[in-house]
Amino acid sequence: MSFLAHAGTCPRRLLVGGLLAAALLLPLPGHAERVFVSNEKDNTVSVIDADSLEVIETIEVGRRPRAMVLNGDASELFVAVGDDEAIDVIDLESLAVVRSQSAGDEPEVIRVDPNRSYLYVSNEDDDVVSVFDYARRTLVTEVPVGVEPEGLGISPDGRWLVATTETSNMAHVIDLETLEAVHHRLVGARPRHAEFTADGSEVWVSSEIAGIVTILDREDDFQVKHTIRFDVPGVPRETVQAVGVALTADGRHAFVALGPSNRVAVVDQQSYEVLDYLLVGQRVWHLALNDDESRLYTTNGVSGDVTVIDVGEREAIRSIPVGRFPWGVVVAP
Amino acid sequence: MRESKRFCRAAMHRGTTWVALCVAALVLLGAAAASQAQEADEPVETLTLGYLGVERDEDREPLSVLDPVLDDEGVQGARLGISDNNATGQFLGQEFVLVEAIVARDADVREGLHELLDAGAEWIISGLPRERLEAVLADEALGERIVFNAAAPDNVLRGEACRPNLYHTTPSRRMLADALAQFLGYKRWERWALVYGKTPEDERLAAAFREAAERFGHDIVDEAQWPHDPMARRAEGGFHAIQREIPVFVQELADHDVLVVVDETDYFGEYFPYQTWRPRPVVGTQGLIATAWHRAHESWGAVQLQRRFEEHAGRWMTPRDFAAWLAVRSLGEAAVRTESAARDTLLDYLLGDDFELAGYLGLPVSYRPWNHQLRQPILITGPRMVASVSPQEAYLHPHSPLDSLGADEGESACRF
Repeated sequence: MSFLAHAGTCPRRLLVGGLLAAALLLPLPGHAERVFVSNEKDNTVSVIDADSLEVIETIEVGRRPRAMVLNGDASELFVAVGDDEAIDVIDLESLAVVRSQSAGDEPEVIRVDPNRSYLYVSNEDDDVVSVFDYARRTLVTEVPVGVEPEGLGISPDGRWLVATTETSNMAHVIDLETLEAVHHRLVGARPRHAEFTADGSEVWVSSEIAGIVTILDREDDFQVKHTIRFDVPGVPRETVQAVGVALTADGRHAFVALGPSNRVAVVDQQSYEVLDYLLVGQRVWHLALNDDESRLYTTNGVSGDVTVIDVGEREAIRSIPVGRFPWGVVVAP
Repeated sequence: MRESKRFCRAAMHRGTTWVALCVAALVLLGAAAASQAQEADEPVETLTLGYLGVERDEDREPLSVLDPVLDDEGVQGARLGISDNNATGQFLGQEFVLVEAIVARDADVREGLHELLDAGAEWIISGLPRERLEAVLADEALGERIVFNAAAPDNVLRGEACRPNLYHTTPSRRMLADALAQFLGYKRWERWALVYGKTPEDERLAAAFREAAERFGHDIVDEAQWPHDPMARRAEGGFHAIQREIPVFVQELADHDVLVVVDETDYFGEYFPYQTWRPRPVVGTQGLIATAWHRAHESWGAVQLQRRFEEHAGRWMTPRDFAAWLAVRSLGEAAVRTESAARDTLLDYLLGDDFELAGYLGLPVSYRPWNHQLRQPILITGPRMVASVSPQEAYLHPHSPLDSLGADEGESACRF
C-alpha cells in the first residue's frame, strides 16, 4: 500500500500513457477507417472509429454543419457551416479546424473537383452554385440555377456537375469546362441529392417530397431515363421521402435514404428494382459506404444516431449515438 | 438575372368604387435568359392568374400594437408564387402573369372580377371572405374558370356549398380546430372551457371546436361568450380594466385543463393569457394557436420561403400570403409537370395521385378530390416558437394522416 501510495504520485498515468503511445506506434493491420458525422444542431462533427464503432472524438465546428466532403488527397475534410456562411476545414491528422473560408450565402452542399482545386457550393438563398478555388481561396464564378439549389453531383471525370433546385424541381447540368448550366431537367418535387454512378453514365437524383429517384442518362443529354418509386408496406406514403443516395462502385447496388419512413431502400443499380427496405433510425438523411463497400453508414436526424448496415447481409448491425440532428456522413480511409 | 416589372393602371375612381388593376410579370433580361432558355425552341406558353381581394376593414386591426396593420395580405403571396413559378418556367417555355384587383369595401366585387377577366385572367385566386366569394362564383362572367379560395375558412364552402370550380388552399376552421384538438389530446389536456366572441366568425369557429372535441374525445366542460364589444386597440393597455374583468368572467367556469379562446377577428383574446382565474394555458385563436403558417416556422426548408418572402414583400409572411402562394404554386407545379396550360389537363393533374407540392411543412400537400380542399399539416404555435405540427403521430388514418384534419370523405356534405 505504502509503495503504491508512494510510487503512485505519477507512474500509473505514465504507464497507461506509455502503453497507449506504444499501441499507437504499433503497425496496425490496415489503418482503421474513420466515419465523420456532422451534427446540424450541435455545431459539431462526431468521429467514429470504424473498427470499434465508437465515437472517438467530437470536433467543434461553426454553426449548422451539414454537407461534408474530403479534399483530393483525403488529408482534409471540408464542412459547410451554413449559418456562418463558411466552410470549415478539418485537418484529418490533428482532427481540428485549421481554417475557415467564406462560402457565400447559406452554403448547404459541397463537392470537390477531382482534377483541380475547385470546390462547388450550392447557395440556397442566392439561386446560384458558387465555384471556389480552395488552394487560392478565391471565388472563381457563380453559376445561376433555379430556386433553392441543394444537391450537387459531380461526374467521376470532373466534366459535369449536376445541381438540384428544391423549388424549381430541376436538375441543372453544368458543363465544368465552361462553367455554364446547359441542360435543365424536370425531376420529382424537392430534389435533394444528385449522385453519379461510378462509371459516370447515369445521375441518380432523389426527390424528398415526391419520394422518388430520377435517373438521368448522360449519353442522352441527361434526359430522364427512369423513375424509381418506393412503396414501404405499412408506412404512410407521405413519410416516404427520398434523400441520401449511395451507389456501389461495382454497379450492383444503390441505397436510398427514405427520410421519416425510417427505411433505407436497397435497389438493383442495373434493373432499378427495389430489392429490400432496411429499418434504421428516425428520419434517415444521408448515407456513406466505406472503402470496400462492406458497410453503409446512415445519419438518423431525429433519433440522433448512426446506423451501421452490413451490406452483404443487408442488415443493420449497430446503432451509434452521435450529436443532435446528424446530417452528413463521410468515411475517410 | 431577373427583374420584376409591374405595370399598373392607376387606381380608377368610379363614384365610391375604386379598383386597382396591376399586371405583374417577371421579365427575363439579357444574355442570362437567352442562354438559359435551353433547348426551348417551342413558343412561350402564358398562364394569366388573377388575384381578387377586398380592401381591409378599417375597423378591424389586430389587438396587439406589435402586429402591423397590413393592406397587402394575400396578394404578396401570389406575387412571390408567380416569381417562383417563372424561375422554373423560364427553362420550360412557360410564363406566369399575375393581374390584380383589390375592390373597395363598399363596392361590388364583381367589378373587380370583370377587370381581371378583361385583363386575361384564366384562373382566379380569391382573397375574399365567404359572402363576396360566393358572389364571384355566382357571376356568369366567371364561366368555367377555377377559383382558388385563399382566404375564407368557412366549413360550408367545403361542404354543402362546395362547387366543382372551387378549390381551397386555406384550411377550413374545422381543420384548424382538429389540429389543435390533436395536440391537446397528445398533451392529455382533455377538459376544455370555451370562451368565444360575439362575431358570426366566432360562432362558426366555436362550432368547429365543439365538433373537434367530439371527434377526438375531449370534454367541453363549460362555455361562455365574452360580453364586451371591440375596443380601440390603444384604449385598453391589457391591464386597466381587463386585469380585474377577466378573472371575474372566467371564475364561474367549471374546472378545466385549458381555456380555449375563440376570437377570430382578434379583438379580445389576446388579453386572456396570464389573466385567467385558474392557472391554465390559453389556446385557440390566441395563446397557443393552430395556423397554416407562422414566422416562427423555419423547419423543412421553410426558412428559405420566409427569407424569399421578406426580401420580396418587406414584411413577414402571413397565413393568407401562404395560402395565395400555395394556389399559384399549385398551378405552376401542374403546368410544369403536364407541360400544358390547358385547364382540364391541369385540373386532372391537380386532383390526381401524382400531384405533390412541397409546402415546407414536412409532408407533401395535395388536394382532396371529394371537396377540393388542400390537405396540409397545421402548425401549433405560440407567439414566438412552434410547439408542434399536426397531425399528431398517434392519429391514424387509412388513406393519409393529413385526412385526420377536417371533414373526411365519409362525413363531407360536399357533392359535386
